[in-house]
Parts: sequence; structure tokens; C-alpha cells
Amino acid sequence: MTAGQTLLVFLLGGPATCALLILVVPARVAGRLSIAAASAMFVVSIALTADRNTAGSGTIDPWHEINLPWIASLESRLHLGVDGLSWPLIVLTSLLVLCCTIWLASVERVHNVRALLALIFALQFGMVGVFLALDTIVFFVFFELTLVPMYGVIAGWGGAKRAAAARKFVLYTLAGSVLLLTGVMWLLVEAGTSDMPLLAERAGDVARSAQLGIFAFLAVAFAVKSPLWPLHSWLPDAHTEAPTVGSVLLAGVLLKLGTYGLVRVGVTLAPQGAKHFAPVLAALGVVAIVVAAFVCLASDELKRLIAYSSVGHMGFVLLGIATLNEAGMQAAQVGNVSHGLITGLLFFCVGAVKSRLGSGQLASLGGLRMSAPRLAAVLGFAAIASFGLPGLAGFWGEAFAIYGAAQHGTVWWWAAAIVAAIGAALVVAYFLRMLRLVVTRQPTAGAVGMADVITDLRWGEVLVVAPLMTAILLIGLWPGVVLDATAGPVKQIVEGVAR
Amino acid sequence: MSAALVAGPALAALIGFLLPYRARRMAAIVGCAGGMVVFVAAVIAFFAQSADRISQTVATFGSLTLRLQLHLTTTASIVAILVGAVALAVQVYSVKYLANDSRYVPYVAQVSLFVTAMLAVVCADDLITLLIGWEVMGLCSYLLIGHDTSLPEAPRAAVKAFLVTRVGDIGFLLGIIVLGVGAGSFAIPDVLKAITDGTYTSTELTAAGLLLFAGVAGKSAQFPLHTWLPDAMAGPTPISALIHAATMVAAGVYVLITLRPIFVASSTTLLVIAAAGAITVLIGALAACVVDDIKRVLAYSTMSHLGYLVAILGLPGIVRPAALFHLLSHGVFKALLFLSAGAVIHAAGTNSMAAMGGLRRAMPVTFICMTAGLASAAGLPPFGGFWSKESVIGAAMHGFGDGTAGVVVAVSLWVSVPLTAWYCTRLFLRVFFGPSQTHRPAKQQHQGDPAMSMRVPLIALAAATCLVGVLAFTSRSLVEGWSADTIRPHADTTVLVVLLTILGCLTTWWAWRSDRTLDPARIFGILRPPLQAGFYVDAIQDAVIVRPAHRLSRLVRRADEQGVDGVVEGAGNSSWRLGGVLDLAHTGLARYAAIVVSGGLCLGLVTLAMWELAT
Repeated sequence: MTAGQTLLVFLLGGPATCALLILVVPARVAGRLSIAAASAMFVVSIALTADRNTAGSGTIDPWHEINLPWIASLESRLHLGVDGLSWPLIVLTSLLVLCCTIWLASVERVHNVRALLALIFALQFGMVGVFLALDTIVFFVFFELTLVPMYGVIAGWGGAKRAAAARKFVLYTLAGSVLLLTGVMWLLVEAGTSDMPLLAERAGDVARSAQLGIFAFLAVAFAVKSPLWPLHSWLPDAHTEAPTVGSVLLAGVLLKLGTYGLVRVGVTLAPQGAKHFAPVLAALGVVAIVVAAFVCLASDELKRLIAYSSVGHMGFVLLGIATLNEAGMQAAQVGNVSHGLITGLLFFCVGAVKSRLGSGQLASLGGLRMSAPRLAAVLGFAAIASFGLPGLAGFWGEAFAIYGAAQHGTVWWWAAAIVAAIGAALVVAYFLRMLRLVVTRQPTAGAVGMADVITDLRWGEVLVVAPLMTAILLIGLWPGVVLDATAGPVKQIVEGVAR
Repeated sequence: MSAALVAGPALAALIGFLLPYRARRMAAIVGCAGGMVVFVAAVIAFFAQSADRISQTVATFGSLTLRLQLHLTTTASIVAILVGAVALAVQVYSVKYLANDSRYVPYVAQVSLFVTAMLAVVCADDLITLLIGWEVMGLCSYLLIGHDTSLPEAPRAAVKAFLVTRVGDIGFLLGIIVLGVGAGSFAIPDVLKAITDGTYTSTELTAAGLLLFAGVAGKSAQFPLHTWLPDAMAGPTPISALIHAATMVAAGVYVLITLRPIFVASSTTLLVIAAAGAITVLIGALAACVVDDIKRVLAYSTMSHLGYLVAILGLPGIVRPAALFHLLSHGVFKALLFLSAGAVIHAAGTNSMAAMGGLRRAMPVTFICMTAGLASAAGLPPFGGFWSKESVIGAAMHGFGDGTAGVVVAVSLWVSVPLTAWYCTRLFLRVFFGPSQTHRPAKQQHQGDPAMSMRVPLIALAAATCLVGVLAFTSRSLVEGWSADTIRPHADTTVLVVLLTILGCLTTWWAWRSDRTLDPARIFGILRPPLQAGFYVDAIQDAVIVRPAHRLSRLVRRADEQGVDGVVEGAGNSSWRLGGVLDLAHTGLARYAAIVVSGGLCLGLVTLAMWELAT
């Protein structure tokens, strides 16, 4: 077993072990233990870049891989591996899980914290599994595995209407999964294997008509998850009711399973289908940007606003993927990561605001920069990063998705580029409205708990937000930290589509 | 040097943001040091004529390799001197001006960030670096205009400043993308080379020019995106000095100067630029003649002066040297005017000129400094504004004034000359002469001239505005394009301009003389209300864009929540009922199964429909 394979085993085995272990240790050490474990996972995820195999020449070239026999009758093998496409998302996942454990250990007091921590590690197990999967059946299994703990997080620790929201989330995404399974099975039948590297090489052999069907199934399945307008309506409810850590992981990572899957499974394995449906996907992405912006502009609840903003941001990612050229695809990759960091930070901020004031109603907020200037500053930073200020992480995904669309040069794509650019300005408008209502305006007469006594940012919260802010600034000034990794795989995928 | 120029204030900003709110002294030291670094580095770079380039690859987007590049040309370094000088003056001045402000520490850091962003624009050698600086400046203007927690209108004005400029920036981003896609590179030298090589089609060039100009119009407050500027006076006065003299509004014109080959390549673009500039000159000058708020007079005056620059940059021919000259001299006198106005406002306790009067005795230093600034703005010799304005008008009149654009520009320039003299004289008389109109209790009144640390920047800037002409003529050989032909007063136009200026001054004096407590603007009669309202452009924008957008957003929200989600909920609920019928085992599981299966079926039908369409 090579060092790289050991890391992969740790990456999957670690969270699984923690999920079980955390249930049996005494409650008082559970927090510290989970922070230590999550930190170790983060270090392991960074360490994946070391000693990597870059010699391969196939469409999918894992840096490290494990390939074991699994379901012989389906010819499905337990094929796991990490490459430039999945690595940034694995690091993102470990970072956000680490932040969540710090949050639960030192910021927010919740009932039965051990169970929640165990669910978070179970979720990490599922999410990392999706990113590592190099076999479509394995991918599907992990993809479904993430649903259960997320359902538990929302239903167990959510707000007043948590049961309904959790049900809607699970049923809606499960309905999407039916299509994912159909697509995966169809592909298996057509190509005779479920191994992704093999499938990627044989992508040209699958009949075009079959590819169109397969891609349509996969695209709708991933569109539910991403979510792509108009299949997004489970998301605002789930976010509004989910606890802070649930929202962070839901927006930060779970949505990425959709966009990652669309690239890794959809575009890579059914390139002709992708090519055919790209203009439709782009149009839907652009509509998502504009619709989400307008909904946010009229939004009256903080968490719902952030949730809807995710729909718009994922619209940019989908536009980037739909361009099917290197610039747009690269933009989608960096957009994925930066949205995870920024929206994670936003949800932590909102959690901090709501825990202090007991309300997220915009009408009852105000004057945060007077009562809690540091918290206001972090919220402001998250908001400006989210609307894509150049120099922060959110910019690259937006601007180069537009660039990628413009590269096509046709009227359709220029229209998409222009509408997306206008949408980007609308995003600024609703975030500035949000900041005015929450941060800068004078507190209204009936504001809840707007006395001077609310505490500013606590040390535990600083520990949570500082790494996220640093990462946002780092990617903002040096997007290469993500894009150097993704450049190789993206090039292969785009060439696969062109073949 | 260019690295030090950008990194110096960037470091000051970073430290400032991390300092606790009580560390005022430390913040002041760091902020002033940041300004000092910029000023010194810029002066060294200017005289060393080193023109160094830095380039850093940050990412690859397929065939496009993205490099962030800085290039310190002589034009860049001379503007950097202005930025450094004004930033230093503003930082030193703010120490006392914001002595009682609890949010002084973040304010200083934001000023440093503002300066960093402006220097990124000034030194940018690629369009993405330019865009980063450009947008961060928008952010800083938002933060600083909204700084004052006691002004209820400040948050709204801040949002307006950011949004109106951001509307222009939709164009700016798309313009950059048009250029980048065409040239396969965002580096400015590559783009300019692609223009000379004829890589772009003429449509692309026109589109790029117009789109970029939309961004410029937003930043430099040109019609019809000028509406944020008067409202931005809700920001602290030193910030107004910074925005008007050294950052924001200067950035737009600076881009017109440095990226001129893009704009000149299309006659349509030039015509639009000239027209927008000419309209702005007149709106600004006319509104400045009648408004009562001292800061708004200066704001409208900025619009009109920036309008000169934009208008002449809309003409073909060699206008860059004169425009650069006026940009610099305007920066010096406008910073001086705003900082003096801050001292006046502190002394009078109000922005309203109706409540001032007779202040020359109480604050002689401010009086002298502001007089120099006003004389420079009006274009009286031998102050800086005279030399630069004469160069601008000369450049517009001599050889470049033919064609429609030339006539439009010429008319607006000539009409604005006496108007400028009028509003400068009006401000001068209303603030410093006549009987005192102050109604404040004596104990609240500030005693005369401001503290020493505020007085020093005033005196330094006043000295600079007197010397700008001499300095420019002596350093002519150091700046690209500056020569005895391009920056000098032209005898024929000068005589006329000076006569018109004196005429404007005398008219004001004549209107004021009869009753020294009344506003001389009363002679505008029924024209006064529309002028004070800035020709209602604001109200029109509100009715045509802002309110419909809000209505639309409420509509979209309802449609999304009740339409799109309604379908989903409806499908779920009917499956639930269907599941109830099927639910023989009474476990409830069948119901969920029914929802999943029917939901999957719905989505599956959509998918099949897509496939049918596709094949």
C-alpha cells in the first residue's frame, strides 16, 4: 500500500470511525475529540497533493487510487481515487467540517451534541466518498448515503417547521436520485462497465442517441441537487429550518455534489449529450441567476435570503459548466469552492446574528455595526465576497463563467453572458439592501434585543470565521491554488467533449 | 517601485483592519505612514523614470494565462504623486477631524484600502488588475460614504453610490471581456497591439469602447450615472476630498486617458463620450450655481470639471496631455476646497451656506487657503486651475473643434466658464463675507481656524495649487506627451476666458451687493427649483428603474414561491393522498414511496420529453 492509498483510507475511514466513536465517549470530551479528528482529516486532505502520480494520460488520471473487487455480478469495483477535479472539493469538505466541529464545541450549545457530531462525521464520510468515487455505482451509493445524515440533522436540530422541511428535502432529492440510478444503469448497459476511467475512454463508443438520454437523466438528477431553477424549491425551506451547521454543510458541500457529479459523471461520460443540452443548461443557469436575485431583493428573512442567493450562485457554476470550454469549466471549479467557503461563512454569520437576537426578520434588525462591530465586519466581508468583488474568491467563478460564455461568440451565448452580467449587478443590489437593513441603518424602534448589550464576536467564532476569511482572500488573490489542480482534468474533459 | 506603491497602503489597510477600535494612535500612525510611503515612492519613481514592470501569473483558464501586472509609466507615477499627496493630507487632517468618532480606526484602514485600489488602477498593466482596483474602490466609497452612524441618510447614499457605479460596471466588465476574448489576453499591451494589428472587428471595438465608457461614466459621475455624487456628500468631508480629488472620479478619467486607443478607434464611441461630457459640464455648473449646501456646490463643481475632461477626451486629436494636466490641478484644488470646507463646516456647525457668512475674520488661514482654491477652480491666473483649464480649452479649440462633437463640446466649455466663476464667487461671498448668520449658542462654536494638524494639510495644498502651473511647466520634459505645444495657455482663447470669468465674478457680486444676507442665486428665478433638483434626473431614475425593479422583485418572489414551489407542493400533496389510498399496511411508508415514485416519474417525464426533443 502506497502512502497515497493510506491517505485515502484515512480520509474515508476517519470520519466513519469518528461517527461511531463520538457516540460512546463522554460528552465533555466529545467536542475536543471531534475538533482533533476533523483537524487531522483536514491535514490529510491537504497532504493528498504530496507525491502525486501525474504521469497518466487518460481522461481521468487519479493522483492516488484504490481499486478493489466489490459487486462481481455488476462488474462494479470499489474504485476510489483523488484527482485535480475532486481534490479542491475534498479540502473544502474537510475545512467546513472542521469549522462545524469548532462551532458545536465552543460556540453554539445544542441538545445531544454527540449525536449531531456523529451525524456530521457520517455526512463527511458520504461526501468524501462521492468525491473519491471512480465507479458510477460507488458514486451512486455514496450520493444516496449523504441524504440520511442530512435528514437527521434537519429533522433533529432544525427550527419550528423542521419536520416538513426535512421531508421535502429528502423526498425531492430522492426523486432526483431515481433518475440518477436510471442514468447510471443505462450507461452500465450501454458501455458494459461502471468504472469511470474506462467509461471515459469508451465515451466515444456509446451511441449518440443513448448519450442524449443518459445525459438528460443525469442532468435532471444533478439539477435537483445543485439545485438548478426550476428544481430548486426544496432548498429555501431546508435552509431556513436547518441548524447553522446543517445549512453550512448543505450549501457548502451538498450542493457541490450536484455540480461535481454533472462534470464528473454527466459531461465526462456522456459528452455528446452534454454538448447537445449545453445551450439549455446555460439558459436555465442564467434564469436562476436573475430569478434568485429578484427573490432575494424582495426577501424578508435573513436565512432564506442567503439560501436563495445560493440558487443564483450555483446558476453561475452551471453556466460555467454549460460553456463546455476550458475557461468556463475552470470558472465552475473555482466557483464551486468559493461558493462553499463564502456561503459557509455567511451561514455562520447568520447563525451568530440569530443566536444573539433570536430573529432573522430583516424588518426587525438594524444597527449591527454599532452593537457588534466585529460581527458586522465579518458579515460585511462575507456579503461582499458573495457578490463577487474582484480580489475575493467569488469573482473568478462569476467573471470567467461570463468570459467562457462570451468565447462562444454566438448571439445565444452573448445573450447569456449579458444577462449573467446584469444578474451579477442585481446580486450586489440585494446584498447591499441586506447590509443596510442589518448592519448600517439605525435600529428600528421595535428591533428585537437591539440594546448595546449584545456580545461582539467571541473567540470561538473567530476561530471558525478566520480560516474561511483567509481562504476567501487567498483564492481571491491567487485563484491558481484551485485552478492549477483542476486545469489538467478540465482540459481532458473539454477534449473529450470535442472528440 | 510599483510594488511598494501598492503594497505599502495595502499593508497599512490590513494592519488597520486588525487593530482594536481603541487603538486610535496606532491606527493614525499606520494610516499616515501608508500615505507617506505612496507619496515618497511616487516622487522617487517619477524622477527616476524607471518605468518598471511586475508580472505574476495567478491562474490559467485554458489557453488564457491570467497574469496580474503592474507598470509604472510616467503618467502613472505623476498621478500616483497626486494620490499620495492627497491621501497623506486626508490622513493627517482626519486625525483631528474625526477626534470624537468611535469608528475612526476602521475608517483609517478603509482610506488606506481606497488608496491601494486607486494605485492598482493607476499602475495596472492588465485589465483584470484594473478591474480589481476599480471595484474595490467602489466598495471603499460605499464603506466611507456610509461611515457616519448619526446621519440617517448616510446608509442609503452609500448604497446608491455603489449601485449606480455598479450599473456602469456591468458595461465595464463586459467591455473587458469583449477585449479579452478578442485578443486572447487581458494584458493591456496585448490588447493595444491587437487594436493596431486589426484583430478586432469594428463592431467589437465600438462595443468595447461604449461598454467601458459606461463604467467610466459611473465612476467619474458623468450623465446619466452622475446621480450618486451629490448624495455621496453624506460621507465625512475628508472622504469627499479623497473621492473627488484622488480616487473614484479621477479613476474614470484616468482610464479614458490610458486606454485612449480603444476609444479613439470608434467615432461612435467618441461622440457618445463627448456628448456625455458636455451634458455633465452644464448640469454640474448650473446646479452648483444654486444649491445651498457648501459640499454639494463642490460636488457639482467636480462633475462639471470632470465633464471638461471627459468632453475633450471625446474629441479626436492630441488631448491627453492637457486632460492629464487638468486632472492633476483639479485634484489639488478640489482636495484643498473640500478640506477647507470641512474646517468651515466644523466652525459653523452646518453645511448650509445660508447659516454662514462673515467667517473671514474668525478663520483667516482657512479663508486664505479656500480663496486660493476657489480662484484656481474659477481659472484665475496665476493659480494652477488657470494654466490647466487654458490648456484644456486651447486643446479643444485648436484644430480639434470641427464636427458636431467639437461644436457641442465648445459650446458647453464656453458656457460653463462664466458659470464656474459665478458659483465660486457665490461660495466665497456667502461663506466669508456679509453678516454672520450663525445661530448656534456661543459655547458650541468652534474657535476660528482649525487645529494645527488640520491647518498644515490646508496650507500645503494651497501652496501646491499656486505652484502647480510652475511645477508642470518645469517638469514638462519628464512626462510623456507634455510639451510647449500641448500644455500651455493659447493667447486668443485665454483673453476671452479671463474676460468671461471676470464677468461671472462681477455678476455674482452685483447680485449679492443689494442684500448681503440673501442668496445671489435668487436672480435665477423660476429656474432655481429644477436646477437645485439637478434637472430631476434622480427622480426619473427612481421612477423608471428603481421602483419598477422593486415591484418586479416582489412579483418574481410570489411567482417563485407560489408558482414553482406550488407545483412541487401540489404534486407532493396529491401523491400523499394517493399514497393514503394505497396505504394498506398503514405504516406511512407507502405514502413516502408514492411521493418519491411519482416525483421521480414527473421528473422522468420531463427528461423523456427533453430526449424526445433532442432526438
